[in-house]
Amino acid sequence: MERRTLLGRLIWQLGEVVATQPETARTKSITLNLPGWSGHRAGQHVDVRLTAEDGYQAQRSYSIASSPEEAPRVTLTVERLDDGEVSPYLTEELRVGDKLELRGPIGGYFVWEAEMGGPLLLVAGGSGIVPLMAMLRHRSAAESTVATRLLYSSRSLEDVIYRDELDRLMKRSTMLEVAQTLTRAHPPGWTGYSRRIDLQMLREVAWPVAQRPLTFICGPTPFVETAAAILVELGHEPARIKTERFGPTGEKHDGE
Amino acid sequence: MENKLDGNAAAGNLEEIFPFEMTLAQATCAGCGANDVIGAAASYMHGMGTIIRCNRCDAALIRVAHIRGRYLLDMRGVCVLQIKEG
Amino acid sequence: MSENFFSRGFRGRRKSELSERLPPGQYLERDFPVLSAGPTPQTPLANWDFSIVGEVDQPKRWTWDEFHTLPRETITLDIHCVTKWSKLDTRWEGVSLETLLAQVATAANYVIAFCDGGYTTNLPLEEVTEGKAWVVDTYEGEPLAPEHGGPARLLVPHLYFWKSAKWVRGLRLIDEDEPGFWESLGYNNHGDPWKEERYWGD
Repeated sequence: MERRTLLGRLIWQLGEVVATQPETARTKSITLNLPGWSGHRAGQHVDVRLTAEDGYQAQRSYSIASSPEEAPRVTLTVERLDDGEVSPYLTEELRVGDKLELRGPIGGYFVWEAEMGGPLLLVAGGSGIVPLMAMLRHRSAAESTVATRLLYSSRSLEDVIYRDELDRLMKRSTMLEVAQTLTRAHPPGWTGYSRRIDLQMLREVAWPVAQRPLTFICGPTPFVETAAAILVELGHEPARIKTERFGPTGEKHDGE
Repeated sequence: MENKLDGNAAAGNLEEIFPFEMTLAQATCAGCGANDVIGAAASYMHGMGTIIRCNRCDAALIRVAHIRGRYLLDMRGVCVLQIKEG
Repeated sequence: MSENFFSRGFRGRRKSELSERLPPGQYLERDFPVLSAGPTPQTPLANWDFSIVGEVDQPKRWTWDEFHTLPRETITLDIHCVTKWSKLDTRWEGVSLETLLAQVATAANYVIAFCDGGYTTNLPLEEVTEGKAWVVDTYEGEPLAPEHGGPARLLVPHLYFWKSAKWVRGLRLIDEDEPGFWESLGYNNHGDPWKEERYWGD
């Protein structure tokens, strides 16, 4: 503990919950005020640590949803996993005024900043939208005009996180296009895709290979692997495709 | 059901040890010679420790355990680590 | 800064049930947690074999079918993971190491279990004979699932569960002990849960 503090890199800090916002039936955004926040880059995550009164601790990683421009406020969007240990606490128990212990920002690899340019292709499966939303929010706050396309796959319209805000961002910027696909149920009159991502869909949505897009893919492991494999098959450079997989449960289990 | 994640997911564990952004360091696999940044390697966050594996041959590049206030770091699987300045 | 901090209303998933069957520091787990240190191997049964190699008069090898002609046992017992969960009354079926090792002659004192995917764990020979260890391929009456080590895993229930190597493919008998995957990374060379032999120096 002491050594980490001396290094000054990863220090556990307490943030106060200043707002919570249900996003869908299963996801909630939690906004923290973090006076000691050193700033982050879009795409980074934090480690959250819960401590029970008897000292028992559980630790998980969550992507930051907010843009760096919103610091020292930092928003996490958490999906509740029914058999989870941490996510039910964060989505159901934690309320405004509570303190939450976290450390970060973490991870320099899955990061996009406006000056990295584009064109940008973001591919999100389910709650994999969260770190990509930080990129879109940063892009908007920095008034970037980097040509950006988002392909976002959800189970149903009710599962789409940040639905209204994505609409607003799209209306604000002619350089942002959002394509959505709903894999399980779609409402009458739905004009988006209504199937799992496939080669045809990515061929239609992705930038031409010659434009050398920067691609960020985030979602459950099979989703990420499918999307990345298709993009490579279409001829995109593997080194310009960055992936962030969520585990099978999204939560770290203690193994054997 | 396996718990494969990206090396980027282990960034927190690695940041506890390395004084530079380890996910951007480039590792050459001692087994097959593949060369990739740690952030793009495979990581397994096992309850007993964190294992970073080569994306091409699955060999363990880096193993880290955090036990009773000390870190145990095995990097036998990496023959060269390239770290960018700054 | 946060030495005395706790998260209001957080209790964690652990059950507070006590049992004299729990070694010190362990809690009771009803699920069967899965987490692997590498990809789950996909070895077709046609390619599977189990071998005993190393310091033996004659190496021994069984194919999947040959392995199933060996005398089998059903074992019901408790398992204890070093990450602190224990699971009671797990039921397995397989072949005892006693049966397998009876088919070779050796003067070795130690065993390295080796596995698909490269995992290894070391054991003193005397800790795996006399009905203390098995190669199991059935869990709760069903073929052992790949995430739990199927087609076959080692079962050494009197030691922490990392010794019960998943996806086991054989035993290498050796004269001099050498640490396995976790034993070389700070985990105890022996691993008795009742003595809390978790780490080096315990």
